[in-house]
Amino acid sequence: MRNRPSSRTPSKTTAYRRFHPGTQPAYNYPPYASTQKRCPTQPLVIAPQTLSEITGPVFGWDDVKPGDHDLTRQHRGEPIGERIVVTGRVLDENGRAVPNTLVEVWQANAAGRYPHRTDQHNAPIDPNFSGAGRTCTDAEGRYRFVTIRPGEYPWRNHYNAWRPAHIHFSLFGQAFLTRMVTQMYFPGDPLLPYDPMFTCIENEAARNRLVSVFDWESTIPEQALGYRFDIVLRGAEETPLEKMP
Amino acid sequence: MSLFATGSQTVGPYLHIGLDWLVTRDIAGKGIAGERVTVQGRLIDGEGNGVNDGLVEIWQANAAGKYAHPDDLQKKPLEKGWRGFGRIPTDAKGGFRFTTIKPGRVPAPGGGLQAPHLVVSVFMRGMLKQLATRLYFPDEAAANAQDPVLKLVPPARRATMIPRRKGKGLEWDIVLQGKNETVFLDYF
Repeated sequence: MRNRPSSRTPSKTTAYRRFHPGTQPAYNYPPYASTQKRCPTQPLVIAPQTLSEITGPVFGWDDVKPGDHDLTRQHRGEPIGERIVVTGRVLDENGRAVPNTLVEVWQANAAGRYPHRTDQHNAPIDPNFSGAGRTCTDAEGRYRFVTIRPGEYPWRNHYNAWRPAHIHFSLFGQAFLTRMVTQMYFPGDPLLPYDPMFTCIENEAARNRLVSVFDWESTIPEQALGYRFDIVLRGAEETPLEKMP
Repeated sequence: MSLFATGSQTVGPYLHIGLDWLVTRDIAGKGIAGERVTVQGRLIDGEGNGVNDGLVEIWQANAAGKYAHPDDLQKKPLEKGWRGFGRIPTDAKGGFRFTTIKPGRVPAPGGGLQAPHLVVSVFMRGMLKQLATRLYFPDEAAANAQDPVLKLVPPARRATMIPRRKGKGLEWDIVLQGKNETVFLDYF
């Protein structure tokens, strides 16, 4: 498949920044019980960033279909639930837009149920909602999805455990090193402080960045509330030369 | 302007809903040059059980040692239709299998060449941030011995990044914990 040419400035990328301390979860986070048998126990080997890691798969508009961003129009009928618009920008740590990059999302239906063979939660499946979407960012890094607000649902991590409402996001960015999967939450969700997925991010500002904000501008009158969720991917170190005016 | 990157989160148990549309088990389609190789193995947790809700992603150069990416400025051939990406969900027993071509050698930092390798990301429920590793080839002993990444790995653990030959293919388990724990790399 051919891809549109990237509109970003040619870079002499040699290194992506290390993550800011406290902004990324640990592999072993005991409050999230499943990490215990799935985290490495040996120290990770610190490796140089080579051509193999500063490159990565390139996806673009040719890989998505026009309606893929609208999760409310994938079936004959309309899904049950509150329609929402989710928009945002994908930036790098230098504040630059990440254009033409693939964004994949998936989520539960309004009742908190996934149409998945392993989801046994006793809540109705919505025949008009599959819960998956994808799109690409535009030249300014903007993306937009139309969907329904996902429901909270129970899980078995601890007694009376409930996941706050969330939408899963998967992004590639421009390199193997910028690949990221995250989750978007909703403002004011009372479940957030009890959720180990949310609390696993130690830095409070970084944690709160996973919470979308209500967005008047993308709200469609008499149709759908708008939520904004900006995503920052790892950025390249800028050489002192590039920083000079 | 300096921002910090968004926090990583697990793919959770229902990853297939959002990610299966791009499943790619045959990384090198028809017309792609190179030596065909099939890799199969299991993703294994700390109790020795297969991880049935995992996902393996592959990124690799073509047989000439060139990546389908604008930052690879090498003057080497790049076939139309070559992307170099694989996405393979694990099955009910934690198994995965993919077919590709053995990549050529790509430049090493500071000069010289790296041994042929695939870069690998691993995602699953119970993992809050993907793990990264590399797959090297068992018939490249000389190149492997000089590889700038493999050289950083304690010698006793290097074998975890090199599949075994099995029949006509390669067998490679990704082991999360224990005696044969796979070496995972920290570029993060």
